Amino acid sequence: MSEKEVKNLEEIFEARIARDEKIEPKDWMPEKYRKTHIRQISQHAHSEIVGMLPEGNWISRAPSLRRKVALLAKVQDEAGHGLYLYSACETLGISRNELYEQLHSGKAKYSSIFNYPTVTWADMGAIGWLVDGAAIINQVPLCSTSYGPYARAMIRVCKEESFHQRQGFEIMLKLANGTPEQKDMAQDALNRWWWPSLMMLGPTDAESVHTAQSMKWKLKRKTNDELRQQFIDQTVPQADLLGLTIPDPDLKWNEETGHYDFGEIDWDEFWQVVKGYGPSNKKRMKDRVGAWEEGTWVRDAAMAYAEKKEKRKNDIKRAI
Amino acid sequence: MSQNNWPLWEVFVRSKNGLEHRHFGSLHAADAEMALENARDVYTRRSEGVSIWVVESSNITASNPENNGELFEPAADKVYRHPTFYDLPDEVKHM
Ligand SMILES: [Fe+2]
Ligand SMILES: [Fe+2]
Repeated sequence: MSEKEVKNLEEIFEARIARDEKIEPKDWMPEKYRKTHIRQISQHAHSEIVGMLPEGNWISRAPSLRRKVALLAKVQDEAGHGLYLYSACETLGISRNELYEQLHSGKAKYSSIFNYPTVTWADMGAIGWLVDGAAIINQVPLCSTSYGPYARAMIRVCKEESFHQRQGFEIMLKLANGTPEQKDMAQDALNRWWWPSLMMLGPTDAESVHTAQSMKWKLKRKTNDELRQQFIDQTVPQADLLGLTIPDPDLKWNEETGHYDFGEIDWDEFWQVVKGYGPSNKKRMKDRVGAWEEGTWVRDAAMAYAEKKEKRKNDIKRAI
Repeated sequence: MSQNNWPLWEVFVRSKNGLEHRHFGSLHAADAEMALENARDVYTRRSEGVSIWVVESSNITASNPENNGELFEPAADKVYRHPTFYDLPDEVKHM
């Protein structure tokens, strides 16, 4: 194809998206569109998968059967989200093994939030309430993104997320209305998860490199700072309801803007975690790679068994 | 790393009797039986279905959007296939 032809196709392509048409796997697409989508969708899938680890940590120690079934169901949902997203990503011409390889080698990123440890039961509350809460804010706009398989996966994901946040809030509510020790535990979890949750919505607009292009392709509909403000505005009243204090002395309602003003985010910490120096980066990767490697014999055995069954079926057919 | 990659399967789910099976997504599994079991766990955790089909993706033949013109455009100028093409007097009801 000549350069002029490509340019022409690109213009038609961009116009389709601008008209709110969806792009499907076999449609022509610019190489940059394909690459950007592989990067974003796989990062998203990896986050769902690694995101199971900090919560999986508490399944066997949940304080009641009610909490245990809820947490188990939530973690299982996250596995499902990862799988929906991996298969959406594979429609762009990359294999599942390549995607895993990118995660395991550290080439691909996942959400920085999962590199913090879950040290008390209250962390299960704070994660559901804040981390899933922030994730929902990030994900809802993606239900109408331009790439069909991604949009369809996100609709399914968003339907399932709402229980995640509610079960987390319920945990916080119970602790906040419990003994003084339980309330302290809830406050301590909020103290530790608040700032990382704000960072989770991504670098400030000034530092965000992909925003303009992502907006055009509907991979983003609001900027990181807008999403963060939305998250803060909706979460502060919920903290009040819990009787807990958000660990930000500068947090204040601003009558003029109709939003909360908030304090400086420690972006050094964010970049440290992104670069691999967060408190749990090493552990997360070790657990993830370990699970994959230790599962090799199971995958091989299943495949060998499937081949044997298939062969036997064919032998019988031939004998008849 | 294992060289034995589980093939890809497409999953179709009937959400209730009376409705058709609809494409829900895909997954990897060693064989059809495992694909069905995995589809149950991945796509019907909240009673989304009463019946599942799985088809190995490599068995699907898909049309190419590049041929959409010759495939689908011929239908565009056949307005006489639609009821609105026919002029009837207003007095004719229920037709
Ligand atoms: Fe999720
Ligand atoms: Fe979730």
